[in-house]
Amino acid sequence: MVQFIDVFKSYENGTKALRGVSFKIQDGEFAFLVGPSGSGKTTIIKLLTGEIAPTDGKVLVNDYDLSNIRFSKMPYMRRTLGVVFQDYRLIEDKTVYENVAFAMRVIGASAKEIRRRVPYVLELVGLDTRSRRHPQELSGGEQQRVAIARALVNNPRLIIADEPTGNLDPARSLEIMMLLQKINELGTTVLVVTHEKELVESFSKRVIAIDGGKIISDGMGGYYNYER
Amino acid sequence: MKGNRFFYYIREGINSIFNHGFMSFASVCIIVACLIIMGSFTLLALNVDAIIDTMESQNEILALVNDSFSEDQARAIGPLIEAIPNVSRAVYVSRDEAWEDFLDTYDNSSRFEGLDSDIIPDRYEVFLDDISLMAQTQKDIAEVAGVTDVMAPLSIMRGFVRIRNIVTIISIILVAMLFLISLFIMSNTIKLTTFERRDEIAIMKMVGATSLFIRWPFVVQGLILGLIGSLVSFLLEWGVYQVVVERIISNSGFAFMTFLPFSEVALPLLAAFAAVGLGVGTIGSLLAIRNYLKV
Repeated sequence: MVQFIDVFKSYENGTKALRGVSFKIQDGEFAFLVGPSGSGKTTIIKLLTGEIAPTDGKVLVNDYDLSNIRFSKMPYMRRTLGVVFQDYRLIEDKTVYENVAFAMRVIGASAKEIRRRVPYVLELVGLDTRSRRHPQELSGGEQQRVAIARALVNNPRLIIADEPTGNLDPARSLEIMMLLQKINELGTTVLVVTHEKELVESFSKRVIAIDGGKIISDGMGGYYNYER
Repeated sequence: MKGNRFFYYIREGINSIFNHGFMSFASVCIIVACLIIMGSFTLLALNVDAIIDTMESQNEILALVNDSFSEDQARAIGPLIEAIPNVSRAVYVSRDEAWEDFLDTYDNSSRFEGLDSDIIPDRYEVFLDDISLMAQTQKDIAEVAGVTDVMAPLSIMRGFVRIRNIVTIISIILVAMLFLISLFIMSNTIKLTTFERRDEIAIMKMVGATSLFIRWPFVVQGLILGLIGSLVSFLLEWGVYQVVVERIISNSGFAFMTFLPFSEVALPLLAAFAAVGLGVGTIGSLLAIRNYLKV
């Protein structure tokens, strides 16, 4: 569960990125967070992943209060999240399998658990036959699937996808979105941050629109109307 | 620490050394260079100290006894002198013995014919624990009844103390400076490694790796480089010391000096090298990685 309660965020240079943002995403929900550049989307992601702390208000993520979390607890909070980035952020000198296994290894999973879980997740994202390839041998859509597999492998409660289709053509974008929807149907909460209007409109999901650091609309599909 | 994690840290640390082979080689070379300079100055300081100790032990105060005292009376003064603080021992030398020594010094020169031991008094050769307190000890001895004069080589003593202080200060400053230089180089080497792996570190943070888990492979890398550096420098220092000391000793100009055998300083030197190498490695890696762990 994600909850923002009257969250304000100002940066040291004086930029007021968020001005009293409040919303709640229940467990098992699928939501889009949309808005133009500079609207505050990235700040919301950074708050969700604990990269920054709110100036005021409360940020609750999977039972952790990020406005008041101890630094030593942060890794354990992050294990409840899976993050997917626009630029994939894969390790080039590791194979597909190693990239996914790496996410398990660094949180101390045993070799046995890794051998059991990684093939399952690769099959889920449709990359079981590409596990020995390196990222540069894959297409953009396939690389994003690896990133999704890596985000999924530790069985997170929430997947945050930051512009996951930003580098992909429309057909590959749709595939990725279908995959995220499938993951959501398996019980994981999914939050997709995007500014791709057509993509959002093709899914009948909740859309939280932000502009100028404020939520300007929050509701099912038709509320996507942030353009000025 | 779970066994598989321990081996993961070791494996990652070793991989990182080989993946950044040139920088690893460079940092080992810098550690070796710094440790050899540090070690050489430490050995120099230890030898100067030992030489000064030997000279100190041979550098005595002469306490002259009243001419009118009989031998028994003169010998009775000995315990009084030895009771003075900083006096390690007082050796009685009768006027006859002193006269013979004097003549020996001048190869029994005929210039002294017609003279005898009556012209010089009985005396004590007084040896001190700490020659830097010579002036005070001289005064204390002068106050003993029956002692008429005390001759102390104060200027020689001051020279010894000055040399010892200068060598000690130079050694401490050099050791500290070289430690900091090694730390800087090691830290920068590992910083380059961490810079190349910054994306990997960011991913590790993002999926929930603890700072400790991220830090350990870099610490292992630093420890291994530090250890290799200290072992190589110890072996080189050993060789250099043998060559230099043998050459100096074989040079007749320094024949009066006795140098410490390497075996006597080998263990403390190895321990110091290992401590500095491991310390530089550990602190350097911790300094290098800390910026990446703040998020």
